[in-house]
Amino acid sequence: MMELLMSIVIGVLTACGVLMMLRARTFAVMLGLTMLSYAVNLFIFVSGGLTAGKGAVLGRSDIYSDPLPQALVLTAIVIGFAMTAFLVILAIRARADLGNDHVDGNSGKSQEDSA
Amino acid sequence: MMHHLPILPILVPLLTAALLLLPPFQAKLSRQRWFSGAGLLLLLVVSVLGLVESSTGVSSFYLLGNWPQPFGIVLVHDRLAAMFVLLAAVLAFAAWLFSLGGEDGQGAFYHPLLHFLLMGINGAFLTGDLFNLFVFFEVLLISSYGLLMHGGGKARARAGLHYVLMNLAGSAVFLLALALLYAVLGTLNIADMALRINQLEPSQALLVKAAAGMLLLVFGLKAAVLPLHFWLPSAYSSAAPAVAAMFAVMTKIGVYCLLRVFGTLFTEPGHPLQDFGQQLLWLAGLATLLLAAIGVVAAQSLKKLVAYLVLVSVGSLISVLAIGTVPAIAAVLYYCLHSTLIAAALFLLADVIAQQRGTVADRLVSGRPLQQPVLLGTLFIVAALAVVGMPPLSGFVGKIWLLQAATEVSERAALWSVLLLSSLLVLIALTRAGSTLFWRLNRQQAGSESASLPQLYAVLSLLLCSPLLVIFGDAVMQFCLATAQQLQTPLAVMTAGGNQ
Repeated sequence: MMELLMSIVIGVLTACGVLMMLRARTFAVMLGLTMLSYAVNLFIFVSGGLTAGKGAVLGRSDIYSDPLPQALVLTAIVIGFAMTAFLVILAIRARADLGNDHVDGNSGKSQEDSA
Repeated sequence: MMHHLPILPILVPLLTAALLLLPPFQAKLSRQRWFSGAGLLLLLVVSVLGLVESSTGVSSFYLLGNWPQPFGIVLVHDRLAAMFVLLAAVLAFAAWLFSLGGEDGQGAFYHPLLHFLLMGINGAFLTGDLFNLFVFFEVLLISSYGLLMHGGGKARARAGLHYVLMNLAGSAVFLLALALLYAVLGTLNIADMALRINQLEPSQALLVKAAAGMLLLVFGLKAAVLPLHFWLPSAYSSAAPAVAAMFAVMTKIGVYCLLRVFGTLFTEPGHPLQDFGQQLLWLAGLATLLLAAIGVVAAQSLKKLVAYLVLVSVGSLISVLAIGTVPAIAAVLYYCLHSTLIAAALFLLADVIAQQRGTVADRLVSGRPLQQPVLLGTLFIVAALAVVGMPPLSGFVGKIWLLQAATEVSERAALWSVLLLSSLLVLIALTRAGSTLFWRLNRQQAGSESASLPQLYAVLSLLLCSPLLVIFGDAVMQFCLATAQQLQTPLAVMTAGGNQ
């Protein structure tokens, strides 16, 4: 049951993320990338196996959960957070420099003029 | 001290960059310049020492935190890593020299970012751990985002946005591949992964294959192979010239990762995953080569043309890399050195030429005469000869070697026709560009601005590498061959390496 729920959550997040990334406005793309990184983080987190009741600290339990995916996901979260922050600033800068928030820097109407 | 040599190419730029951010250096540009230069000089010394040490043929391991393999993160310091670290250091030195012409003052953090970028690049070259490779990728990427935006402007904002978005999506795919590989193999040490892949059951091999496909996508994006190359021309041509020159090594990181990761993981003879992706890379490489050559002919500005030349070199490297024999990989390594240095020289030269043409800048239309036509013309001809592959420069040696790498008739037919056709197209495009820039002049007076000395020295030092690669050709080729040989036996080396 847990496996099914987890895979549906990751799948839906990934699908939404990819869909949003294909949009033409920077804000939507940013949201898409954020969703994709959530999906990826969950995916890394479950890569050590999905089981409940395993010990996290040595000496408290007979079997232990794999600590490495937790370390990996922590690294991935930190890096993803920094990258998202950078992307927000970059998108605002591009909005100011180019005059609109289209990913190609030209609003739909004046595409011929600016090209 | 020699014991810690493998980690110094990461530590030196890290410390330099961190110190450069402190107030005494932030306040004055001149102090930043000298300290940054001193850091680079130290890095060059360290890289040369590393190269000398690695050329004894013993690859050393550096265990971070002294955790035993395969549990801790390990740095692998072999010929391949040492060679690329030195290449990055030489490029960075030229970029630093060029930026003394005034470019480093256009934005706030040029020098620290350059060193952080170097730290990421060297880390990616040295690490023997796949997750650590991801982390160093991110270090070099976030510095490159900053450097790409250096100086600001509309074109850079647009190209920067595309570059950042593409790479963020790439990082997400990289993480998916990593998690999948870890779930199946239970390790992230590349050498250990190779051992475990050989013991897999067929059902699990399919999962590894899926992960390998994603890795191929990520490295293809870094190397800018055909369907994933659209970000490169606009990003490289709009970046500040010193930055673009430094970026010339970035596509080679993709090539390096293909060599290191795929060359280690999927080499077991008879294994279902043996030589995974080679067929795809072969076709994609040839297609990149052809389309990039068309791009070179179609380019309307010199910087765009040079950006497409980077793609031409990527196409040649990837297609020959896919052949996979020892001479082929040796040829790839030699051509990597040559094409990186010359592409960087051309980016710098394009900007020097553009500065003297006033408002038309580097666009390939008739403009006013240059202030220093003879000097710049000579430099342009030398660079063009090297990049096209005419004797007596390194491009000739490199291309001959690439052509010789194809041994089977079908390979020869494909590679020779595509590579020679693309060379012809590049020759035509460069001839046309050169005659437009230097001979199709309008009646305006030449401007008064002449190229500053640091900029000229930077171009000269990079161009000088081309004849040096020919004069010391035998030594360089022997080194490349030995490197390719060493790559053929990664597992034996890794397991025999032991503790350091």
